[in-house]
Amino acid sequence: MLLLAIDTSANASAALLRSEGTVVEVLGSFTSTESNDHSEVLAPAIESLLAAAGGVVPEAVAVGVGPGPFTGLRVGLATARTLGFVWGVPVHGVMSLDAIALDAVAKLPAGEFTVAIDARRKELYWARYDKAGALLDGPHVTVAEELPAGPVYGAGAGLYADRLAAVGAKAVDGFESSHPGAVSLGTRALRTLAAGDALLGTEPLYLRESDAKVPAVMKGKLL
Amino acid sequence: MSLTAPLVLGIESSCDETGVGIVRGTELLVNAVASSMEEHVRFGGVIPEIASRAHLDAFVPTLSAALTDAGVSLDEIDAIAVTSGPGLSGALMVGVSAAKALALATGKPLYAINHLVAHVGVGILDGGELPGNLGALLVSGGHTEILQVNSLTSDVRLLGATIDDAAGEAYDKVARLLGLGYPGGPVIDRIAKEGNPKAIRFPRGLTLPKFIGTAEEPGKHRHDFSFSGLKTAVARCVEQYQKRGEEVPVADIAAGFQEAVVDVITSKAVRACQEHGLTNLMLGGGVAANSRLRELLGARCASAGITLRVPPRNLCTDNGAMVAALGAQLVAGGIAPTGLKFSTDSGQPVSLVSLVA
Ligand SMILES: [Zn+2]
Repeated sequence: MLLLAIDTSANASAALLRSEGTVVEVLGSFTSTESNDHSEVLAPAIESLLAAAGGVVPEAVAVGVGPGPFTGLRVGLATARTLGFVWGVPVHGVMSLDAIALDAVAKLPAGEFTVAIDARRKELYWARYDKAGALLDGPHVTVAEELPAGPVYGAGAGLYADRLAAVGAKAVDGFESSHPGAVSLGTRALRTLAAGDALLGTEPLYLRESDAKVPAVMKGKLL
Repeated sequence: MSLTAPLVLGIESSCDETGVGIVRGTELLVNAVASSMEEHVRFGGVIPEIASRAHLDAFVPTLSAALTDAGVSLDEIDAIAVTSGPGLSGALMVGVSAAKALALATGKPLYAINHLVAHVGVGILDGGELPGNLGALLVSGGHTEILQVNSLTSDVRLLGATIDDAAGEAYDKVARLLGLGYPGGPVIDRIAKEGNPKAIRFPRGLTLPKFIGTAEEPGKHRHDFSFSGLKTAVARCVEQYQKRGEEVPVADIAAGFQEAVVDVITSKAVRACQEHGLTNLMLGGGVAANSRLRELLGARCASAGITLRVPPRNLCTDNGAMVAALGAQLVAGGIAPTGLKFSTDSGQPVSLVSLVA
C-alpha cells in the first residue's frame, strides 16, 4: 500500500511510505526545522514528495490527530481531510504520541513506558504504553508531577527532567528532544492496517477546551 | 482554461464563516456557507479558537455541498482562490491549508487573495463590471474601511480604517452592555427603531478638527474611524442610570448609539469619496444589512452625487463567492497565481490584492 503520512502535532512533517505486508519502505520524508510554519511548508513538502516518487497518488492518508498545539494540529488535519476527499481515499487518524512510542520500542524498553511532549502552559501531553508499544492509558494533559514513575520518552521528558525525576520518572537518553514524526506515524499506521486492526477517525484530540470565558454581562448581570 | 469566464472555486475562513463559492467569470454558480455564529452567542463575540475548530469540521462538507449544488467536478475548475488575510490567523490557517491541499491534489493554480478586496469584487456578481471612480465602504464585525479602487486586480488603496474596534464589534459590545445578546447589529437596529436617536447624543470618534484637518491639509485621521470611546460612553451612560436607580432607557441608548456610528461612517465615507473624485461607492460587510446605515448612506450619497451600489445581503457577509469572484478577475487579468508556498497574513494590506509567488 502507498501511504501519505502527515503529522503537525509538533513540527510539520510528511512522509511517503510503501508497504508489502509488514515490510515498510520509506520513499521520502520531510520534517520542518521550525515549529510555527505548518501552513506555509506542509503542502509544498507533500507536493515534492509525490513528484519525487513519479507523481503518484497515495492509496490512503494517515494523519496525526494530536494531542498538540491546536493551530498547527489543524493544518495537518485540514490538509489530510482535503487530500482524502479529492483523491477519494481513506484518511486514518493516529494518535501522535504513538509515533514516538514506535521509536521507543525500537530501543527495546524493559517494560511499560511513558511518552510525553510539551503541551505549553507548563503542562505535558502524555500517554502510557506497554513494552511492545501498545497504548495502555492516555493521552492526558497534566503537569509533569502527575506522570507515572518509570522511563519517559519524548521532548516533554527533556523539558521537565528534574521535576519528573522527583516523582520517579526518568527522561530516556537520546529522546529528550524527540517529536512525533510522519515516518514513524505512517509506519505504525501501515503495521496496524496490516494486522487487520482499525485506526482512529480524524477528530482532533485537543484535550483542552477553547478557554473562552462567558463575560459577566452575558450571565444576566448588567455591567 | 477560459480567460474571459474562468471557472473559479473560492474559499473563505477569515472569521466565523466557512465559505466555498464557485463562479464562472461574473456568474455566481453556488455560495455555500457554514457559520459557527451560534457557538459564539453565549460569549457575546467571536472566539477565535471556537471559530477555528468549526472551520476544520465544516470545510470538507461545505466543499462537497458546493460542488454538488453547482453540478461541477473538481476537474472542470480552472483555478482556486483562498483568503490569505486579513483576518483571524488561526481561522485563516484552516482555509489556507485546505486550499493548498485542494490545489496540490488537483494540480490547479492557487491564488491567495485579500479578504477586503474580495468584499469589493463580489459586486461583479450582482450587476456585472464595476464602474470607474470607485470607492468602497466595508463595515463588519472584523473591519471598517474606506477604499479607493483604481483597479480591482492591481491598484486598491486604503483611504481610512478604524484605529481600534470595528463597527460591528462596537455593536456587539454595546448589545452586551444593554443585555441584548449576540450578534449586536440586528437587535440594536431593531430596538433603535423604538427609541429617539436624539434623546442621548454620543460622541462621534475622530471628528475633532485636530484629527480631520482640512481638505488641503488633511489631519492624520481625516478618513479614519474610532469606536472604542463611543463604547465607553455608552457604558458610562448605562452606569449612571443604574447608579441613580433609574430604568435604563435601552431603546433610546440603542438609537443614540446607532446614530453616532452611522453618522460618522456615512459622513466620512462621503467626504473621502468627494475628496478623491470617487463618484461610485460600493457598500460591503455584514453591517451593510443595517437599515439606518443604508438609509443615511443612500441619502448622503444621493445629495453628493455619488452612485451607491449595495450587493444582496448574502454577498455582503463573508462568503466564498466573493473570493471566487475576485479570483476570476485575477485569472482574467492575467495575474500570476500565488502557488503553494505563501503564509497567511492576518494584517494583509489592501495593496496586496493577491500574494505574489
Ligand atoms: Zn469580511
